[in-house]
Amino acid sequence: MLKVRVIPTMLWKDVGLVKGIGFDSWRRVGTVLPTVKVYNTRQVDELVLLDITATQQGIDPDYETINDLSAECFVPLTVGGGVKTIEHIRELLKAGADKVCINSAHYDTPQLISEASRKFGKQCIVASIDAKLMDGHYECFSHSGTKATGKEPSKWASNLEKLGAGEIIITSITQDGTMSGYDITLISKITSTVAVPVIASGGAGSPLDAYEAIVSGGASAVAMASIFHFTQQTPMEIKSYLGERGIPVRDISKNINSGR
Amino acid sequence: MSTLIVDYGMSNLGSIRRAVQECGAAVVVSDNARDIDTADHIILPGVGAFPDGMRNLCAKGWIEALNKAVAKGIPLLGICLGMQLLSSRGYEEGDTEGLNFIPGEVRRLVSQNKNERLPHVGWNELYVRKRTKFLENIPDGTDFYFVHSYHFVPETKSDILAETYYGDGFVCVLERGNVFGTQFHPEKSGQMGFQILKNFLTIYEV
Repeated sequence: MLKVRVIPTMLWKDVGLVKGIGFDSWRRVGTVLPTVKVYNTRQVDELVLLDITATQQGIDPDYETINDLSAECFVPLTVGGGVKTIEHIRELLKAGADKVCINSAHYDTPQLISEASRKFGKQCIVASIDAKLMDGHYECFSHSGTKATGKEPSKWASNLEKLGAGEIIITSITQDGTMSGYDITLISKITSTVAVPVIASGGAGSPLDAYEAIVSGGASAVAMASIFHFTQQTPMEIKSYLGERGIPVRDISKNINSGR
Repeated sequence: MSTLIVDYGMSNLGSIRRAVQECGAAVVVSDNARDIDTADHIILPGVGAFPDGMRNLCAKGWIEALNKAVAKGIPLLGICLGMQLLSSRGYEEGDTEGLNFIPGEVRRLVSQNKNERLPHVGWNELYVRKRTKFLENIPDGTDFYFVHSYHFVPETKSDILAETYYGDGFVCVLERGNVFGTQFHPEKSGQMGFQILKNFLTIYEV
């Protein structure tokens, strides 16, 4: 049976690992490389690494750093931040990314998604949507939550799916960093519209939040950051909690001690 | 001699190179088909679409080189799209001839209900149908990492080493002579993935 993935998200700004609240007031929470090593040792299901400054500063993805990080990472790695062209995607895959995450660029140049999925296969193109609740309706924001796009998330998700996105990450800007739970309404809107896997993101503060995103929200995977930065919870503990409640999760305890 | 990773412009090359190094093998990543002469093992990775894959292999002279190497008995491992390209034909975006090392076709996965989302992304179990050295020390039911929308339907049942249940079920490991394929990504599947790579790298070790 296909397992529900628990995915640590690493936000990376300049050289440090950061975490904010509502895409703002960034706090430095560590350095990237040692954190990648820890997640690798813990054999997490997947890792998401997002450079949150590349798009805003208009710079290319930092291939050299990705190359160094992926050298320490033998778990599936999704990389995003500043991805605007086919060349960016090709270089990121070369540097060690397994999937590439596109956010701001799919509003300006939606054909990037279709071209990329034709070239690299839709399974490696992850479209990321950041949304905010505005006077009772949801709206998509680009450029790390700073630019309103006028797009409604589920309609836009459906459009991205048609263009060839193989997966959607939906992040609630409102819930992000609050650790008060995912926006289940927002997640459900997306999961009920598209047929590709949906990764829930923004707001996880407890294993129960993950459970709800999966059971009530219909998410195929749950991404989280603050809970790992600011509490003692580990991805494995969250998975045990889910497993005890009947959610299929990957049990690595059976092979974690067998040497390479 | 070393393990050659075929660079035909469409793979997660970094990941595979490091995983093979981690398994203790010397690695050459090359886009020059002539380098095949120094290879004792060949890995055909692949992230992408079938027609582009064949076009790129052809453009860079890999088809002839791979045929020669396989005929010489050098072990070849296709991963994900790389495994699919080992087939006779693929039906992704049209109808494309494959490398034809393992007779069979590549078809789209068919979702059986709305909870089965496609692409098939994540960790899923492998069930062994035939035990050979390639699957040594891999327990039945081990999880491996998959990311794909198409699957390989082999003509010959005895080529099937393992299957996975998703959609209407599909073949996740193939072996025919010195040609091997995994639909999942062993380079991204933790300890058990490394075990499979090691098994492959010690097949016909020279």
